[in-house]
Amino acid sequence: MTDLPQRPTAHAAGVPASDVPASQVPASDVLVSARGLEVHFPVRAGGALRRATGVLRAVDGVDLDIRRGETLGLVGESGCGKSTLGNALLRLVEPTGGTVTFDGTDVTGLDRRALRALRRRAGMVFQDPFASLDPRRTVRQTVSEPLEVHGLRSGRRERAERVAELLELVGLDPAVADRYPHEFSGGQRQRVGIARALAGEPDFLVCDEAIASLDVSVQAQVLNLLRRLQRQLGLTLLFISHDLSAVRYVSDRIAVMYLGRVVEVGPASAVGSDPQMPYTQALLSAVPVPHPSLERTRQRIVLRGDVPSPAAVPSGCRFRTRCPYAFEPCPDVDPALQPVGAPGQLAACHLHGVVGRPVERAEEAVPAAE
Amino acid sequence: MSAPLLEVEDLRVRLRTPRGPAEVVNGLSYTVGRGETVAVVGESGSGKSVSVLALLGLLPARVATVTGSARLDGEDLLTMSPERLREVRGPGVGMVFQDPMTSLNPVLTIGRQLVEGIRAHGEVSKAAAREQAAGLLAEVGLPDPQRALDRYPHELSGGMRQRVVIAIALSNNPALLIADEATTALDVTVQAQILDLVAELQSEHGTGVIWITHDLGVVAGIADRVLVMYGGRCVEDGTVDDVLERPAHPYTRGLLGALPDLAQVGDGELATVPGVPPAPTDLPPGCVFWPRCPVRSDPRCETEQPPLAVVGTSGGTLPHRAATWCEEGSPR
Amino acid sequence: MTGAPLPEPAASPTATEEGVPSTARPPQPRWRQTLVLLARNPTAAVAGTVLLLIVLTAVFDEAIAPTGPNEIAVEDRLQPPSLAHPFGTDDLGRDILSRVILGAAVSLRVGFLAVTFALVVGALIGLLAGYYGRWVDDVLMRFMDILFAFPAVLLAIAVLAVRGPGAGNTALAIGIVYVPVFARVTRASVLGVREDVYVRASRSVGASDWRLLTRHVLPNAAPPIIVQTSISLAFAVLAEAALSFLGLGTQPPNPSWGLMLAEGRGFIDLAWWLAFFPGMAIFLTVLCFNLLGDGLRDVLDPRQRTLMAGSGR
Ligand SMILES: Nc1ncnc2c1ncn2[C@@H]1O[C@H](COP(=O)(O)OP(=O)(O)OP(=O)(O)O)[C@@H](O)[C@H]1O
Ligand SMILES: Nc1ncnc2c1ncn2[C@@H]1O[C@H](COP(=O)(O)OP(=O)(O)O)[C@@H](O)[C@H]1O
Ligand code: SF4
Ligand code: SF4
Ligand SMILES: [Mg+2]
Ligand SMILES: [Mg+2]
Repeated sequence: MTDLPQRPTAHAAGVPASDVPASQVPASDVLVSARGLEVHFPVRAGGALRRATGVLRAVDGVDLDIRRGETLGLVGESGCGKSTLGNALLRLVEPTGGTVTFDGTDVTGLDRRALRALRRRAGMVFQDPFASLDPRRTVRQTVSEPLEVHGLRSGRRERAERVAELLELVGLDPAVADRYPHEFSGGQRQRVGIARALAGEPDFLVCDEAIASLDVSVQAQVLNLLRRLQRQLGLTLLFISHDLSAVRYVSDRIAVMYLGRVVEVGPASAVGSDPQMPYTQALLSAVPVPHPSLERTRQRIVLRGDVPSPAAVPSGCRFRTRCPYAFEPCPDVDPALQPVGAPGQLAACHLHGVVGRPVERAEEAVPAAE
Repeated sequence: MSAPLLEVEDLRVRLRTPRGPAEVVNGLSYTVGRGETVAVVGESGSGKSVSVLALLGLLPARVATVTGSARLDGEDLLTMSPERLREVRGPGVGMVFQDPMTSLNPVLTIGRQLVEGIRAHGEVSKAAAREQAAGLLAEVGLPDPQRALDRYPHELSGGMRQRVVIAIALSNNPALLIADEATTALDVTVQAQILDLVAELQSEHGTGVIWITHDLGVVAGIADRVLVMYGGRCVEDGTVDDVLERPAHPYTRGLLGALPDLAQVGDGELATVPGVPPAPTDLPPGCVFWPRCPVRSDPRCETEQPPLAVVGTSGGTLPHRAATWCEEGSPR
Repeated sequence: MTGAPLPEPAASPTATEEGVPSTARPPQPRWRQTLVLLARNPTAAVAGTVLLLIVLTAVFDEAIAPTGPNEIAVEDRLQPPSLAHPFGTDDLGRDILSRVILGAAVSLRVGFLAVTFALVVGALIGLLAGYYGRWVDDVLMRFMDILFAFPAVLLAIAVLAVRGPGAGNTALAIGIVYVPVFARVTRASVLGVREDVYVRASRSVGASDWRLLTRHVLPNAAPPIIVQTSISLAFAVLAEAALSFLGLGTQPPNPSWGLMLAEGRGFIDLAWWLAFFPGMAIFLTVLCFNLLGDGLRDVLDPRQRTLMAGSGR
């Protein structure tokens, strides 16, 4: 792990946001791209009136490019907005600000019909394979739903052939098509979920904690499957997980989220071994490795305190309440992603030069609670 | 070494299920010394939770038959009267369950529950107990502990709740701490905080720890000894270095091979253990791992249960044992 | 779409990787499976058979009944059960067996019509309210609350007062009373199912609201509605009795079970059979509906299905 650069002594005023590099990769390579993406939920008081008393910034100004054919790993602590971001990219939750572009079209303005067409090109694999399959529908019915919805295969026979093809693709015996989900193990169900997501021949797949609820040995089976499919089908994958080792294993690039914002992104090897943002460093240093000799000597960066509530995001750099390096500009300037470290690596931290949008100074450090 | 803190011998648990009797734990023997950490690893359903619930008499008597012995400081937990067991559970054994919501009372504040625990087993004034409780919450890394004392369980996030449960288990400085997947649901950063805290407690009070997990990274960091469970049996045990660096049982090797390693970017396939664990109602007659074993070749594999046999001793006093007929104990 | 057709699966599909359970089940149409499984559930099978008999009786009433239901034979009045009159005769000497058989047609028709109406309207309202929430929910459910706040009998009387007596109108009156019940049960069940992950998963592949509602939400929300249906059928038969008793339902001399029960009440210590047999008919029908409803709920649940298919035979 490299040392961080010296703190800039005199703190320069933040530069205007327009100077911030807008794109992370050449535009033609990009399949999905978010700019200033926001998903804010109203926080409601209890009681009969349920007045909105505040706003919860689940996703708060995310800039992210996902390249065609790559696997982008998305990591971050629980509640930092990974799932919400993944859902917002597919408009399964409505963004409250910013834009999402899919293959050149702005999807934030799409009407219902266009949106459903988009859903054919972008699939989702869910965390809990026990909850994500309708218990009253057979595997065949589940997997052929996208085919029916989008009129992809007319006629029973063609659909049956396609279902068999898809089941084989994910490593299931097509003979099991007429069984119900409860007759399968977790790993098998997750395969069914993947087959469903692939039925519409999507270009883009969001895997939200797709291996989290599986056994270790079965996790490896599903990880291998995802990698194989990605290569075989040229899929673009957003792999959301809190398991950094798994993310490191499958990803070409890794994006790190903290409190609703992508704070570092770059090639997996660079982010994984030479992180430039203090939060990423702390996160990676906390991952235990299954080698006793390495594990005993592992240097851990201890973070104090909890993740602040997304309903009370600290001003300036949102990591400053826990950052061991926080210094003068951190509460005043909201850091923007800037190129640092390896080619293609971006991090949002003033230690690499104060870049970002100046903010009004907030009252005082927001207590980490809720 | 003096007499061990806990000595489990030939623990067997059979459960009545709608699908017939399930041999969930089949002859488990191990010891936990003072200040020692024994990690129990294995996939879900391998009998990890049941084996420790049985120790504390927490399995429903209607469905569970427990045999064997488990001596804590020489006293057998399995034959103890329920009253004595209740006395032992608080100060003697602290337990952190897999699901934090089930071990917290939803209608009492966090503070009440902690203070009650502290006062039940010692002469402490209410105010002092409250002080102590707040200190514990701070130690498990709960932000704003004073305010947290007045909150109800549902007002905390899952991770915060789990930390409260851990604080309660630690509140009496138990001689033995049993943690069942205590940090599995937590973020790595929080997990690290809690592991540090437990280590501190151990060095201060000589607490013995049984740490159940399927995270081999955690095991590598905290365990002195490892017990690998599969199909209700111990298939391998030994020091953490022996088991993780020189695994002898094909299952342990498969498990380690299946882990993506943070130290390297993935190229090529992860090794997998094909298939799924057996149902406890339907265990194979021979080696429990036989249906999934990539190296089964011995004719006895299918028909005869391999005993736990010593495969090596790496200098220390503790043997490295594995239950397999296959010979080559080659390092991975 | 860059959609090249999917390449061939890997040379050796990993199909065997996870020991797929090997109890192959021949694909069968779902309704036949359901029937077969229902038949294997002893209680449901008996209940179903009895109900079928009752329905057949109702359909072929005139053909089966030993005598006309309204044939008065004053000389035979208040005969206890005998070979000639198995259920006895009433105060006008009419054969009770014949009247029970003909009453079946009236009672069941009113019951079925009423519940069908309540089910269709109520479930639709509950489905929309539960699924769309917000103002749709507020408007629909407030309306249901108002309807529910009226005393049931008063409401039914009001409907009958406006539309006049008769089987169809009786059914309508009872049906309206039950609409809010079905709306509430459906809404509660839909609220539970609406947020299930598989509904979101289905939306993520582009399924329309209509598809989500009919293929995923409704089937999974159905069990409490099925139970409610069987309970309501029972109550509808009783409600028809109550309305007839008040003189608003079936008009004498035509028989309905409810009306017969009401008329027999006056003779209860003199001639018990007047009230007993129509009472038994109501009881048996209600019981069978409930048992069949329970069985149906179990059989429609695929999780229970396998268990039953495995253990049955
Ligand atoms: N529909 C909603 N209404 C209100 N708040 C929400 C909603 N969905 C998510 N949130 C909040 O937004 C934040 C981000 O949630 P999200 O599910 O994206 O987290 P995550 O990073 O996926 O976490 P995890 O790793 O635990 O899955 C959380 O604070 C969550 O409570
Ligand atoms: N109360 C119970 N009744 C019946 N079976 C049970 C019960 N509790 C656990 N089991 C079964 O016992 C086996 C071992 O369970 P458990 O010890 O919880 O596994 P682990 O903790 O290793 O994941 C599993 O197959 C589980 O389904
Ligand atoms: S910008 Fe944020 S991460 Fe960087 S030093 Fe300041 S507080 Fe720490
Ligand atoms: S006994 Fe045989 S089947 Fe079992 S683990 Fe050893 S080699 Fe494999
Ligand atoms: Mg999530
Ligand atoms: Mg467990």
